[in-house]
Amino acid sequence: MNRFLLPLGAFLVLLGFLFVGLKLNPREVPSPLIGKPVPEFTLPQLHEPAQAFSPRSMRGRVWLLNVWASWCVSCRDEHPLLVEFARSHPVAVVGLNYKDKPGDAQAWLAQLGNPYTLSVSDLDGRVGIDFGVYGVPETFVIDKQGVIRYKQIGPVTTDALQGKILPLIRELEQG
Amino acid sequence: MRAPAAALLAILVALGGVVGAREAVPTAQDPVAARRSVELARKLRCLVCQNQSIAESNADLAVDLRRQIDEQIAAGRTDAQVVAFMTDRYGDFVLYQPPLKATTVLLWAGPALLLLLAVLVLRRALRQQDETPAPAPLTGAERALAARLLRGEATAGRDEAR
Amino acid sequence: MIPEIGQLALILALLLAVVQGTLPLAGAQRGVKAWMALSRPLAAGQLLFVAVAFLCLTWSFLGSDFSVVNVAKNSNSQLPAHYRIAATWGSHEGSMLLWVLMLSLWMQAVSIFSQSLPREMLSRVLSVMGLISVGFLLFLLLTSNPFERLSPPAAEGNDLNPLLQDPGMVAHPPMLYMGYVGFSVAFAFAIAALLGGRLDATWARWSRPWTTAAWCFLTLGILIGSWWAYNELGWGGWWFWDPVENASFMPWLVGTALVHSLAVTEKRGAFKRWTVLLAICAFSLSLLGTFLVRSGVLTSVHAFATDPARGLFILVFLALVIGGALMLFALRAPHVGGGGRFEMISRETFLLANNVLLIVAAGSVLLGTLYPLVLDALSGGQTKISVGPPYFEAVFVPLMSPMVFLMGVGPVARWKQAALPELWTLLRWAFAVSLASAVLTPLAAGGGSWGLRLGLFLAIWILAATVASVRERIRNFRGAVHERLAMQPRAWWGMTLAHLGVAVFVAGVTVVGTYETERDVRMAIGDTVEMGGNVFRFDGTTEVTGPNYRAARGTVTVLRDGREVLVLHPEKRTYNASGMAMTEAAISTGVLGDLYVSLGEPINARSWSVRIYHKPLVTWIWSGCVLMALGGLLALTDRRYRLRSTQQQRETAVTSAA
Repeated sequence: MNRFLLPLGAFLVLLGFLFVGLKLNPREVPSPLIGKPVPEFTLPQLHEPAQAFSPRSMRGRVWLLNVWASWCVSCRDEHPLLVEFARSHPVAVVGLNYKDKPGDAQAWLAQLGNPYTLSVSDLDGRVGIDFGVYGVPETFVIDKQGVIRYKQIGPVTTDALQGKILPLIRELEQG
Repeated sequence: MRAPAAALLAILVALGGVVGAREAVPTAQDPVAARRSVELARKLRCLVCQNQSIAESNADLAVDLRRQIDEQIAAGRTDAQVVAFMTDRYGDFVLYQPPLKATTVLLWAGPALLLLLAVLVLRRALRQQDETPAPAPLTGAERALAARLLRGEATAGRDEAR
Repeated sequence: MIPEIGQLALILALLLAVVQGTLPLAGAQRGVKAWMALSRPLAAGQLLFVAVAFLCLTWSFLGSDFSVVNVAKNSNSQLPAHYRIAATWGSHEGSMLLWVLMLSLWMQAVSIFSQSLPREMLSRVLSVMGLISVGFLLFLLLTSNPFERLSPPAAEGNDLNPLLQDPGMVAHPPMLYMGYVGFSVAFAFAIAALLGGRLDATWARWSRPWTTAAWCFLTLGILIGSWWAYNELGWGGWWFWDPVENASFMPWLVGTALVHSLAVTEKRGAFKRWTVLLAICAFSLSLLGTFLVRSGVLTSVHAFATDPARGLFILVFLALVIGGALMLFALRAPHVGGGGRFEMISRETFLLANNVLLIVAAGSVLLGTLYPLVLDALSGGQTKISVGPPYFEAVFVPLMSPMVFLMGVGPVARWKQAALPELWTLLRWAFAVSLASAVLTPLAAGGGSWGLRLGLFLAIWILAATVASVRERIRNFRGAVHERLAMQPRAWWGMTLAHLGVAVFVAGVTVVGTYETERDVRMAIGDTVEMGGNVFRFDGTTEVTGPNYRAARGTVTVLRDGREVLVLHPEKRTYNASGMAMTEAAISTGVLGDLYVSLGEPINARSWSVRIYHKPLVTWIWSGCVLMALGGLLALTDRRYRLRSTQQQRETAVTSAA
């Protein structure tokens, strides 16, 4: 072996990693909450602020938690998909209305359609922090035992819905 | 006469100071806690920003997280507890100082390994120098010529085209 | 019309570069003089066309031609003229054009100053640079056309990112790129020497001034960038270990190693293979930096808007240039003979040790910068970590401290064989003085950390060891001290100055790190803050209107012993076009320290949150860098480089006649 080939070898390894790196998204940070119980919270409902909602009430059901806001541009991208999903599936979708003005949020839903079983208002974003939210929209799939099983970072896409979220929901509903 | 006047003047100046200005209030109530809060925030990465710590960033989330840090310090949590609060929610990504784990062993040991490798290569190179048979002792004239050649004085790139 | 001329000029430059990258190289291999003779006129032609293209782009920016996408995205009709010029390199496309312009300038410089080089060598060097130029011109034309039109034209531009609207933007990128691209000359000399099978002291002497020049530019470029961050970010940090900063720092570390290694190769003929590998690495790391900034594989505050096609293009280019160079190295290195022998204790060994430490430091920075990427790739996107300042500081100090210590020993050690007892005799006073100051200063100042002691020891050690080395150097000369000093070659003075620069730098970093104080306060009009003998009084804010922003302009009066000594005006700006808010700190710079005031947020109509810092010796950090760069410049003016051409012509004449 020619030891002068070593620099070339090291460079080729580096090149390989850089090539793989091109396809990765450095901004997408996996959540440590996967496999953990859903954080407890009690928040007023968006449409009926007198009523509170807590994840405890969802025990025994598979449900989605979708973090959204009327100021969030890419929420508009996923919204038609969520509306369609809510129409065709009985799974509960809870909206976490993140750092929004309730009036704006209600107007937004009135205009674009409301896919949510109910939405809760996280006015100061504290519950968002408990969920490790760092960019809106984000979507969590939660199982019957109240454990987070999947997190979609960024808008829900058809690919993500068909390829991951729906199969997972089916599997969880059977379990 | 002079001393009392000076004293009077000093009192006047001091009074003027008191009347004209008051000592500014620190933004945080407790300077020690504020110091800790900034130190912590500098070690935590803002997730929505390109590459800034929570301390530097003015992003909404960074502001919220700074407030979280302040509140937790006020509630008597230790630095480790505050950091755990962050990693429980956002993962190791928020730590600018990655914790030592199986996946980061190479990162932390890397510089030492590199140094070791470099020293080994260096030793080998020096040994090889020793093992190469020393050329036959040169005469004084040859030595002088060789020195000149090495300094590049007598060559000017004639054997370039081979 | 102007943008089209620019684009045409780029295409013509590409055609010339293609010819330059091939014919003279082939000519050198096959001994065809006519082909080799093409290299110099081709270099001149390329500079002409690239300069035309660059001027066309600058013209479009100056005239706010919003029918050009690049201008519409990065300028605004309210933008002041000097920032419009700087906006030429404010975008990805424009900065790439600046890169190519710098490359053409270096090529022309080689073509002018290296006429005494053997024809084959010069042709190969210019051809290699021509090939690099082909890559970047293709990159510009295929993926990043700076002259792309917008139809219909925009009515108004988006504005240059307010962060970039700083005097630093005018000087930082050109200097930095001069440094990055300057290493292409050392690279081209290395490749040419490997191709020609001739790697010797002469080669080292040819490439040495070019390497030093590039190193000076890079040093200045990094320093301006650091100073800019200090001014612009509003809390007075000067280095952040951001991936892109690291991308400029790695070539600097390797370039520093190269400058020293070249000295050994030139003087003693040793380390030839090592030196040539360093020359390849320095430029490779510059290219890698380009890739990291523009491909989007790492998140950084500096990153340009990214595009996978661009990333892939640069990656392929990287593979060809660096892979090809390392392949050539692997093929040719075994045939390169060893150099002058030296003992375990000799100046060669000290320089080699310094090289090793610099390279390990550069390797560690590379490791820290790319580790998140590697882990991400290996885990399929499931493990994301961040490597930031705490890691780099933990790694860097232990590696650099022995290096800085050796800097004191190297210059007094003899070549080939030195003796430890002799070194001890020469340096014992320096050692004692630096040790004493490291122990006593913290005592006098009422405590201090180990970092402070180490920093003080190293800074004073270099200073004292330099004094010892000057004394030793002039001992054997006759005459008055100043005459004896004047007799020393400028290259030696350059080294001495650069080393003193390191001492100043270390002192600055240590003292500002230990003794800086900050206050974060809420101030109403008339409120005061006392810090280090200065009283800061907040006198309120006024609304001011800048050319393209509105600002709240604060007035902070500094009083010492009750007298007003200084008035500072920190600003909080809001830029009209983007609506972005920027903090403009007000800084009073002094030799002993800076007073740094920045406005936070308004709390109510009368009061603001204000950050006040006292940063002792902070300017020493940049002054140290300036000294290093000046040292390099001084070394460049050494008479042996100036006399070289005439001397070589004479020698060539003599050997031809013989």
